[in-house]
Amino acid sequence: MAHVDYLLTEEQQMIVDLALRISKEKIIPVRAELDEKEEFPWDIMKELAKADLFGLYIPEEYGGLGKGCFEMCLALEALAYGCIAVTTTYAASALGGYPILLYGSEEQKRLYLPDIASGRRFTAFGLTEANAGSDAAAIQTTAVEDGDSWVINGAKQWITSGGEADVYTIVALTDRNKGARGATAFIVEKGDPGFGFGKKERKMGLRASSTRELIFNDCRIPKERILGRRGQGFIIAMKTLDLARPGIGAIGVGLAHAAFNEATRYAKERIQFGQPIISFQIIQHMLADMATQIEASRALVYAVARTIDAGAKDFAKVSAMAKLFPTDAAMKITTDAVQILGGYGYMKDYPVEKMMRDAKVLQIYEGTNQILRNIIGQAINKEQIIKDC
Amino acid sequence: MSDNAGKEQGLQAGTPVPWRGIWVAAERTGERAADVTLELLAKARVLGDKLGAPLAAVLIGYHVDGLAGELIGHGADQVLVVDHPELASFTEEAYGGVLAGLALKYRPEIILAGATLMGRAYIPRAATILETGLTADCMDLDIDPKDRVLLQTRPAWGGNLFATIVCPLRRPQMATVRPHVFKKVLPDPARQGEIVSISPEAEWLEHRLRVVESVKDDAGDECRLYGAKVIVVAGRGVEHEKDMALVKELAGLLGGAVGGTRPIVDQGWLPERLQIGQSGVTVSPRLYIGLGVSGAVQHVAGIKDSEIIVAVNKDPDAPIFDLSTYGLVGNVGLILPELIRQIRLEKTGRVV
Amino acid sequence: MPLNIVVCIKQVPDARTVRFDAEKGTIIREGVDAVINPVDLNALEAGLSLKDALGGEVTAISMGPPQAVEALRETIAMGVDKGVLLSDRSFAGSDTLATTYILAKGIEMLGRFDVVICGKQSMDGDTAQVGPGLAVRLGLPSVAYVKEITVLNDGGLFRFRRETDSGYDVVEVEPPFLVTVPPLLNTPRLPSLKGKMRAKKADITIYNANDIKADLKKIGFEGSPTRVVSTAVHAFNARKEMLSGTVEEQVRALIGRLKEAGLL
Repeated sequence: MAHVDYLLTEEQQMIVDLALRISKEKIIPVRAELDEKEEFPWDIMKELAKADLFGLYIPEEYGGLGKGCFEMCLALEALAYGCIAVTTTYAASALGGYPILLYGSEEQKRLYLPDIASGRRFTAFGLTEANAGSDAAAIQTTAVEDGDSWVINGAKQWITSGGEADVYTIVALTDRNKGARGATAFIVEKGDPGFGFGKKERKMGLRASSTRELIFNDCRIPKERILGRRGQGFIIAMKTLDLARPGIGAIGVGLAHAAFNEATRYAKERIQFGQPIISFQIIQHMLADMATQIEASRALVYAVARTIDAGAKDFAKVSAMAKLFPTDAAMKITTDAVQILGGYGYMKDYPVEKMMRDAKVLQIYEGTNQILRNIIGQAINKEQIIKDC
Repeated sequence: MSDNAGKEQGLQAGTPVPWRGIWVAAERTGERAADVTLELLAKARVLGDKLGAPLAAVLIGYHVDGLAGELIGHGADQVLVVDHPELASFTEEAYGGVLAGLALKYRPEIILAGATLMGRAYIPRAATILETGLTADCMDLDIDPKDRVLLQTRPAWGGNLFATIVCPLRRPQMATVRPHVFKKVLPDPARQGEIVSISPEAEWLEHRLRVVESVKDDAGDECRLYGAKVIVVAGRGVEHEKDMALVKELAGLLGGAVGGTRPIVDQGWLPERLQIGQSGVTVSPRLYIGLGVSGAVQHVAGIKDSEIIVAVNKDPDAPIFDLSTYGLVGNVGLILPELIRQIRLEKTGRVV
Repeated sequence: MPLNIVVCIKQVPDARTVRFDAEKGTIIREGVDAVINPVDLNALEAGLSLKDALGGEVTAISMGPPQAVEALRETIAMGVDKGVLLSDRSFAGSDTLATTYILAKGIEMLGRFDVVICGKQSMDGDTAQVGPGLAVRLGLPSVAYVKEITVLNDGGLFRFRRETDSGYDVVEVEPPFLVTVPPLLNTPRLPSLKGKMRAKKADITIYNANDIKADLKKIGFEGSPTRVVSTAVHAFNARKEMLSGTVEEQVRALIGRLKEAGLL
């Protein structure tokens, strides 16, 4: 039977093949153990580095492969098929790298991007604070100019790969009375004086990824670590998230597909009332909805990613859609997968309970799905022209 | 390119001296002849009688002449001894060179050796020097008396196919043979034979490998797996680590070795070198007992040549049953202790 | 010290997709994927790690039909520098003796080589004879079944731990030499994206019998002293017997069978 043909190029197919192979050979065999032990997947990160995947979105002149948002989505989907905790760790590095790629000076790009592309240095992104989640403008971390340095004080909360990453792009207030225009982005390196980490958070899902507080206690960094211009911090953060959100949608697609496959395999094998449960219409309908939602999610993610790569300028709305729909679908699909496996699904012996625990975060991080609806709604409200179909 | 020997090929050259006699290249286990050598002597005796040809054992090493009597007792008419300090340690080059040198000098029509790690390391060198055919890892041998051809049967494709191979035009005909395939005969201490001491030519002994250390390692379990007559394998169905002690006990009772499937090795219950399968060790015991082994393709590829496969699995549809000789359906936790109990009873006549 | 490393590989039918024709006693080749012989991946990994440590160049060489070019491309995706295919109709039917001759002639075309690495044996032929035989052809010492590789004197000397029938040997040898490696030596690396892209465009050198100046009497059917006279599919299921009853009864039945077979 035919599958939807997304007309991938030979190179794009290579990316899918390789990422999927890593998923199957390196990630799936260890995912349950990583989850159980809350162990950071360094070995797998090394595999991804050797496979050149950290350089996927980085231009060739900086040692990367010069691919776009779409190729990132392909890689993320295939890796998420194995484990989204591992995939989030990979994605978080891109989230930390994007601000340098988008707004870094030539010196900063030369200094950081080749190391990020090769996997020698690992990155993270810090925006959220204890009192500034959905209300990002409420951040309280400050940066003050002092001679040849910036001095940063405050804390960033729930930072993926915090403590593990070498290079952090963070946002701090430089002009408290300028509101959203008073924030500036900086590059902070592990080992900078006054830069430390909180304890590793314990989480419901996504347990192989490492989440920590970043603590700045008179953290002093050289002046040239400012990223972009003073006051540009929030724009940098929002553009970064806009670029990254389809990737989160892609993670949802990969995860949902994995859960769907587990449910289908089980439904074909599980005999009740003398027949495989897939022969019951209620199960077929559940699987049919899952399959349809997955395909719709994938189509949306791919279309938006390609729109971005084609050079679209203001893509906050479509990017939000490409995260919102697939991640809501992933939550539903992983929940239904557990339901189809029944008691077995609830047990740790089968992978679907982890998938369901993991799925929840997709609706929360990188903009809760409620905030994404705001973004989409506000965009609709702002649009002057109501476009014909 | 080394091409020193091919021109001496008797049959092509039509040389007047015919290639005659069967040789068995002997191996040692400690101070005794290896079982596979004695098994080969027994089989070669039968083949030799069909050909009306004498049987010689070739003994290469240093201070090894003590074994000659044992080889004669097991059927050799003659023992060719090459005893030299340069042969004290095994090197592929020197052992291959000596065997090839001897063969060119004395012209046997057949050379048999064990398909052991050692045999498979140096016999191909000898065959290449002699530019003759070599069949690896045979499981059966016979003679076609009308043209004195050795029929060599070997598994291919992980035991899925059996091929019978001949070397019709060149001599010697060479084969390595798997351990435990043939039965050794009881030694006859009264048997008479000739011991011929041969001093090797310098060029036979040339070798560039330096053996720094040669370690006898009873815990070299993997090699024991390779030559083992009985192998007990733990699979996923062995649910508790403490049951591994029972697995080892069963193997001990049967005089066999222990191996494991990938999940067992992944859990750290057995070292990686005891992993049996395509990505691990390939085994061919007379008896394989799989405890809770499901029969994944990658494992099956490593056990297919076992003579008798016994499978214990709680799932009656487990793929292992498709290729097992005898299948037992049930929980390993119940069957394993019962097996041990009954085998003990069998051996001692009482329950311990 | 940079080394010229040669790794011999073979393209084989994928064991996972192979089926057997019981009547003809042959394998069914239709619908079978071709892959690099699994243990050859360990040989490639050994070669690539030596290059990582010492520098130099890794060449993968294979004898096979034209489509074996794909196997060589895969090695380039893993990081191999150069792929060489020895391919000629007249090579068909070569046994291990003829194969060692052809490979040796091909390797001699490469110029200087320091280390030749072979997988212990192929999935299909399963002889483990090509490595040691090739060493004789190339005039090299060979070390079979190497379990551990230690580089000494910056690559001027190698120390190997190799498995023996009674334990293990530690041996030392200076390059050039040939080693054969077993599956558990290492974990073969996956290809990289850049490697895959490079592989797509890479030129694979193809030599025919003429290019390597092969003596036609030494290759193919004519150059192969051995002949296969018959093949048969091994019938596993012939004695398949499910033992029945309680645990005790099943075990008793089994012990009876094992006694009959002379195993108890």
